[in-house]
Amino acid sequence: MKIVVCVKQVPGTTEVSIDPETKRLKREGVSIEMNPFDTYALEQGILLREKHGGEVIVLSMGPQRAELTIRESIACGADSGILLNGRPLGGSDTYATSYILSQAVKKIGDVDLVICGKQAVDGDTAQVGPGMAAHLNWPQVTYVSRFVESGPKELKLERMHESGSDISLVELPAVLTVLKDVNIPRIPTLKGRLNSRKVDITIWNEIDLGTDPEKIGLGGSPTRVVSTRKPDARDKHTIVLNGNASESARELVKILKSRIEL
Amino acid sequence: MKLNETEIADSYNDVWVLGEIVDGQVHKVTLELLGIARELADKRAVNNSKVVCLLMGSGLKGMETGLFYQSADRVIMVDDESLKFFNDSVYSSVVSRLIKKYKPEILISGATSKGRSLMPLVAVQIETGLTADCTGLDIDKESGLLLQTRPAYGGNIIATIKCENHRPQMSTVRQGVFKAIESDDTRTGELIVESVLEEEKRTRFTVLSEESYGDDSKINLHDANVIVSGGRGVKSAEGFEVIHQLANAVEGAVGATRATIDSGWISYAHQVGQTGLTVQPEIYIACGVSGQIQHLVGMQSSDLIIAINKDPDAPIMQLADVAIVGDLFEVVPEITKLLSN
Ligand SMILES: Cc1cc2nc3c(=O)[nH]c(=O)nc-3n(C[C@H](O)[C@H](O)[C@H](O)COP(=O)(O)OP(=O)(O)OC[C@H]3O[C@@H](n4cnc5c(N)ncnc54)[C@H](O)[C@@H]3O)c2cc1C
Ligand SMILES: Nc1ncnc2c1ncn2[C@@H]1O[C@H](COP(=O)(O)O)[C@@H](O)[C@H]1O
Repeated sequence: MKIVVCVKQVPGTTEVSIDPETKRLKREGVSIEMNPFDTYALEQGILLREKHGGEVIVLSMGPQRAELTIRESIACGADSGILLNGRPLGGSDTYATSYILSQAVKKIGDVDLVICGKQAVDGDTAQVGPGMAAHLNWPQVTYVSRFVESGPKELKLERMHESGSDISLVELPAVLTVLKDVNIPRIPTLKGRLNSRKVDITIWNEIDLGTDPEKIGLGGSPTRVVSTRKPDARDKHTIVLNGNASESARELVKILKSRIEL
Repeated sequence: MKLNETEIADSYNDVWVLGEIVDGQVHKVTLELLGIARELADKRAVNNSKVVCLLMGSGLKGMETGLFYQSADRVIMVDDESLKFFNDSVYSSVVSRLIKKYKPEILISGATSKGRSLMPLVAVQIETGLTADCTGLDIDKESGLLLQTRPAYGGNIIATIKCENHRPQMSTVRQGVFKAIESDDTRTGELIVESVLEEEKRTRFTVLSEESYGDDSKINLHDANVIVSGGRGVKSAEGFEVIHQLANAVEGAVGATRATIDSGWISYAHQVGQTGLTVQPEIYIACGVSGQIQHLVGMQSSDLIIAINKDPDAPIMQLADVAIVGDLFEVVPEITKLLSN
């Protein structure tokens, strides 16, 4: 099986803030990490390779330093990595990003499966996986919570919805987005770490990818962020109840009953 | 589609709501969306915009009436056995074809797992933009464009997004953000029936079976007005019993922190936070939860936050509207008892 796993490097969300002057995201001094959801996508790719043979190729679009995230993936067990990097690729929305990533999948060739995380914790859109499925014209299975059966040509999968779950069958090639419950990601081995330092990371830019200049970057993105602001502060003062349990409970029940019918 | 000289924006009008069916009924979020769609269409009166609900599924007969009551001017119904289960391939082909046929100016859907699977497929198929998980929608007075507001970076930033040169302008919208308008049974509308084409049914993806939590609202965190959450302070799977009992008493759902899921005390379907669900109930009661940022990003927009914790300095106690300092195993059963009397 030839498996492509899409991993994104994201800022630690807890530290994100807006520069009051430029109104843009502050990037300096912010820690970076692999999008936590993508660790499950990566582990699933490795598990499938262990079962069916083949290779796991990690794909990431981002700045040069996203190479670190690719090396981290290789340390965990991916075979190789490709970084999509070039000025004109910057500023892409999910439409453009999924187009660029799908062009890379086409260039790699003979890919059986693309696995993405459920969503990236910076943009929180969950749109890139489905966007790739549409650009590739492959079927998609989103919110995968369990691999019921996996054959080399077909997968039987469980998906989660808010109100339940379902079991589906998909023919490969396909695009999946996976939830946290599919597996428990492994930690890199020492050998993996050493190997990840030596491996050459392939870098492709917009020319290598043969992308349509009209469809990439800021200019190729249908959506545009027109303004950003901080969320409104919660206007509140905290009522502290620190009496004995029955007093606090009585006080709270009063508050609850003033808010909802019970 | 990208607009060019021959396809001017004016040829696109109407506000479409992509309806959702859950357990044979119209989903609450669909009714909420009809409410905001009405406002948006009224603001686009220059364009003679109508509110249109696209409803797809199997066994839908008669459902249009309720949608008319909730202000839909028109319902486009696609009622077909092939739509019984949610099949992304079939659904997206039909939606994309109907968009090309009717050219809506705006298309909104619930930011449910189905909406968030279907809308990005459709957006790419018809070449337009999509804004995820909106918490605000309005029409820009000058340009007439849809202003889409959404939180990003775990709620640390609120962004406003436009889609200028492509139509329709598409967004998914969180449940509970907008209010459904009052049902008016004197309202009627126009029903248009569309069908699924044979070639649209041939897909490489099949749903074999479906399982519903049914009325187990304890898991359905999105629909709950009240969520009672347990953290590591609950100590064990058995400890969660007091949480379940309080949730029953308030007819709410049960939430949990990642630490409790990792310990195997409760299933992942209950997890709230960065790697779990984002919820926005009227009341969130956090019991034995410390309030690490990864948990807070999933619940901090709740209307009223109540924390029960032994440690008065736990971060959740600063965020809470009501902070109860105490042992949850004493306080929580006491609350349940008072409510049950
Ligand atoms: C990438 C990443 C993603 C994550 N995603 C999530 C996520 O989606 N959701 C999530 O929840 N976490 C997430 N986490 C984990 C998060 O950082 C915290 O570890 C977790 O939320 C803590 O859970 P807790 O509050 O239950 O446990 P703790 O932090 O251990 O807190 C337990 C609290 O219970 C109190 N307590 C103990 N006994 C009692 C008692 N008898 N009565 C009253 N109070 C008591 C203690 O004072 C303490 O404050 C993530 C972490 C990472 C790194
Ligand atoms: N720049 C990127 N490079 C590689 N993969 C990405 C990128 N952006 C998004 N993805 C993948 O798409 C998933 C969903 O991202 P998003 O739609 O941004 O929430 C992520 O979990 C990744 O698997």
